[in-house]
Amino acid sequence: MTILFAVFLLTMLVITAIAIVRTPDLFAAVMLLGIFSLLMAANFFVLDAADVALTEAAVGAGISTVLFLGALALTAARERSSLAPPRLALVVVLITAATVVYATFDKPALGDPNAPVHQHVAPWYLEQTPVLIGIPNVVTAVLGSFRGYDTLGEVFVVFAAAIGVLFVLSGDRPLSAVFRPKDAPSTGGLKHHLIPRIVGKLLIPFILLFGFYVQFHGEYGPGGGFQAGAIIAAAVILYAVLEGEDRALVALPEPVLKGLVAGGALLYTAVGLVCMLLGGNFLEYSVLSADAVFGQQLGIILIEAGVGVAVTGVLLCIFHAFAARDNPA
Amino acid sequence: MSLALDIGSWLLFGIGSLVLFIGALGVLRMPTLYTRMHAASLTDSLGAIAVLGGIMLQAGWSLAALKLLAILLFLLLTSPASSYALANAALLAGHQDSRSPPENGA
Repeated sequence: MTILFAVFLLTMLVITAIAIVRTPDLFAAVMLLGIFSLLMAANFFVLDAADVALTEAAVGAGISTVLFLGALALTAARERSSLAPPRLALVVVLITAATVVYATFDKPALGDPNAPVHQHVAPWYLEQTPVLIGIPNVVTAVLGSFRGYDTLGEVFVVFAAAIGVLFVLSGDRPLSAVFRPKDAPSTGGLKHHLIPRIVGKLLIPFILLFGFYVQFHGEYGPGGGFQAGAIIAAAVILYAVLEGEDRALVALPEPVLKGLVAGGALLYTAVGLVCMLLGGNFLEYSVLSADAVFGQQLGIILIEAGVGVAVTGVLLCIFHAFAARDNPA
Repeated sequence: MSLALDIGSWLLFGIGSLVLFIGALGVLRMPTLYTRMHAASLTDSLGAIAVLGGIMLQAGWSLAALKLLAILLFLLLTSPASSYALANAALLAGHQDSRSPPENGA
């Protein structure tokens, strides 16, 4: 039954991917990308990767669609048709695809317990997580503690993405000119559309609550800073769409957003540095408390908070940077 | 008791699947945007209620049933709102049903 479901999802995935490439309508392509991400999330869930599924659904299907739509407002809605058929690209793609398919013949079967990936460090993680860290969700333990360096790198990738988008959109102007000027006339949002406005306002507190639940429940179930950041940012973006971007910028002004972006990354790094000052290695949380297990939990909570804050700030910065382009100052 | 629950949930699954199928058929076969949306809204409301109700009967009195109820409430709130937003956006974008009767006697 699971195999049947997985095959169905993968088939839909291929169909969606072909449709994305084929359609000249960029708006339709963005919607199809959202569907693609949702199918991918279902696929991850079938493979028992609930944490990844949650990330894919929140970031891929949720926030990315909004950001793509924001970017689409700056460009044309239709793809420019190229005159010459891209023969060279087709050859390259075909060779690459054939190589990848050939490589899969050497791949161990799905779920094979003797696969190298299940024999390398995974058993150690599974055995040592209850002993060293004492939390039920091994994924969070691996992500936050055992492989804290990787996650730090990911936070800085997100951080760099925000800086990159802000610089590209600001062009020659100073960086703060990317955001909506304070004296610009209010867009008003969906003031005249009662139904979406009422329903949306009703949902915002619950979306925020769910975001914080995902943030702080990461030790026990699927969740963590990346997902929570995306969900909280989605709530604020919903508010901006309903009430107008200016109102959202009053609630979370530009300096606060920049502070969130930098502060989240800083919090993560600071935890690592504090560990060093207390005599441990960088990001060795055990030294944070007299009880090593509690120190690990404290460290994970702090760095997850840093991740959540940074992701929220980055997504909102990018959203506002795109949205402000509708009314250039 | 458990047999009654099973029968009830299978009945709900059956109704739900039928409604979803009719809705999907309508989306494919209806001629215009607004009639298609009308067909899709059927799956949003009655289909979701029936299928989620069937799962809830299987879940019994548990946290899972509560979560399913939350999902159902969320769907019942958001899908009409998004249907409205879609129809409204289509109207504002000047989408006209090609088969709609001409207005104002034109």
